[in-house]
Amino acid sequence: MRETAASAMATATAGTKQRLLKSLKTFWKFKYLTLLLLPPAAVIILNNYLPIFGVFIAFKNINFIDGIWGSPWTGFDNFKFFFQSGSVWRITRNTLAYSLVFMIVNTVLSVAIAIAINELRGRLWPKAYQSFLILPHFLSMVVVSYLVYAFLHPTHGFINSTVLDLFGKDPIFWYTQKEYWPYILTLVNAWKGVGIGAVIYIAAIAGIDPEYYEAAVIDGATKWQQTIHITLPTIQPIIIIFTILSMGSVFSADFGLFYQVTLDSGALYPVTDTVDTYVYRVLLRLNDIGMSSAASLIQAVLGFIMVMVTNWTVRRIDDEQALF
Amino acid sequence: MNRSRPIFASRRENAISPFSDALLNAAFMLLSLACLLPVVLVVVVSVTHNSSLIQNGYSFFPDRLSLIAYKSLFMDYGTIAGAYAVSIGITVLGTAASVLLMALYAYPISRADYPYRKFFTFFLFFTMLFSGGLVSKYIIYTKVLGLTDTYMSLVLPLLILPFNVFIMRTFFQTTIHPALIESSRIDGAGELLIFIRIVLPLSLPVLATMGLFSTINYWNDWFNALLFIRSADKYPLQYLMVRVINDIQFLRENVAVAAQNPQLMENLPNESLQMAMAVVGMGPILIVYPFFQKYFVKGLTVGSIKG
Repeated sequence: MRETAASAMATATAGTKQRLLKSLKTFWKFKYLTLLLLPPAAVIILNNYLPIFGVFIAFKNINFIDGIWGSPWTGFDNFKFFFQSGSVWRITRNTLAYSLVFMIVNTVLSVAIAIAINELRGRLWPKAYQSFLILPHFLSMVVVSYLVYAFLHPTHGFINSTVLDLFGKDPIFWYTQKEYWPYILTLVNAWKGVGIGAVIYIAAIAGIDPEYYEAAVIDGATKWQQTIHITLPTIQPIIIIFTILSMGSVFSADFGLFYQVTLDSGALYPVTDTVDTYVYRVLLRLNDIGMSSAASLIQAVLGFIMVMVTNWTVRRIDDEQALF
Repeated sequence: MNRSRPIFASRRENAISPFSDALLNAAFMLLSLACLLPVVLVVVVSVTHNSSLIQNGYSFFPDRLSLIAYKSLFMDYGTIAGAYAVSIGITVLGTAASVLLMALYAYPISRADYPYRKFFTFFLFFTMLFSGGLVSKYIIYTKVLGLTDTYMSLVLPLLILPFNVFIMRTFFQTTIHPALIESSRIDGAGELLIFIRIVLPLSLPVLATMGLFSTINYWNDWFNALLFIRSADKYPLQYLMVRVINDIQFLRENVAVAAQNPQLMENLPNESLQMAMAVVGMGPILIVYPFFQKYFVKGLTVGSIKG
């Protein structure tokens, strides 16, 4: 009995040793490929994994005398302060609402443009249109803030001085009237993103075999029916993938859009303050590391949960189309 | 059926009627104008004379033109030229490093025979799902890595873009045939040699496209400067623009010193000066735009549909 046990152990140890040896051998065989990976992996660690590790800051009360390591742990105090600060509802509501609206508006418009462009009869014009439509994507949000400024400047702006004048209306002080900004921001976001968003859909639709359409025509399908039954199902996987990925950032907002384009006007904060602008302000203007890190961490965790939940939901509906 | 370029609808039996086609074309022309006109407005305002601005505000058809805004900007070319130099330097350096590093990562994970492929793919993919957040990153960069007010803080953040790495990986998978690598190995070539001598030259299209993406990324970045840069001589161009739109005085003060012409200062128009600043900022992109936009679209579609 003992002998068998001992020999069993010996075999087991020998087995483990063999496996260890084998993995070392594999590692050695591919050492050069692994070497290639190391410099970029180091950058990824610096840029992404160190900050992930650094979220523990939210559970400390950082003061610079003690430094990061020496500062005292405060548990969930920072989170308590954040929730009591009074801004939570506003920034969460703004961020979520804008994210969802932007996602829906931009997807619908991008898909519509893609379908429409593929229906045009010419050959050169559609390409020209596409070139113009993607131009806004290449302008930085700072440039866009100047463009918006040219329209909305209180005295000289194009809208106030020309358009409203035409209708005999009084100038509007855009940068202090918050009721217009949800529309302005949605419009600017669409202007910047719809063209480039359509590119992938355009290519996908253009690749659909025309025989499907011909068969549909023979069956008597209208254009609308063709769109619903052939075109849309083809691009559905792409829409779903982008939607899943976007859901991960539903708790964040384009900082440039809400900070630069609004010229960071305080009067507009009730409708333009988002989690990102809040975190930035609290961190860099008020120098409050505690509250901003709490907000930042919550944002990251919620975003992660959103991606997982969305992916899981999609998987429940149709296994093939989930991201992972 | 396999198509490498879009074939438009005129060849279909169920093409839309010429009337609908005309309508759609008109709609697209309006949309295209909507994309162009804001840019045009800014350019026009930048060359509009101050008196016309004060009288009529910004308009597409000004009464009087004037190049004074540009004259003033270029008289004090110090600030602007400095910002341009920073932006160009960061962009060139960053793009070169970025493309190289991304290729170095994309290649091993594209090799079917590489045993750690799944691990490293996930290692990268995970960063697309979860990030440490702004504060953590800020503290790491400033306190741990000590990168406040350095050029590195402008280059490092944008070096590796996961989405682009995956596009590259897909390219390597579909373009570099395993047999090619196998035969090179039989000929005695090491992995590094294979990468440099065979893989890279074959990958010029994707390297060029990624270079394009990176260039635009670096050129347009202002956020990292906002976070990390403190000294004015390190401002990249886009960040200079941020300072100027918020504080026109910022530019006036610099221009005044160089101009030393009080009369000029009196007539110096804030508004057209700011718009001239905008033109200066977006000029380079607009100039090269016609040339690169085609490749941009191609790069996006080829890589993404499969990826």
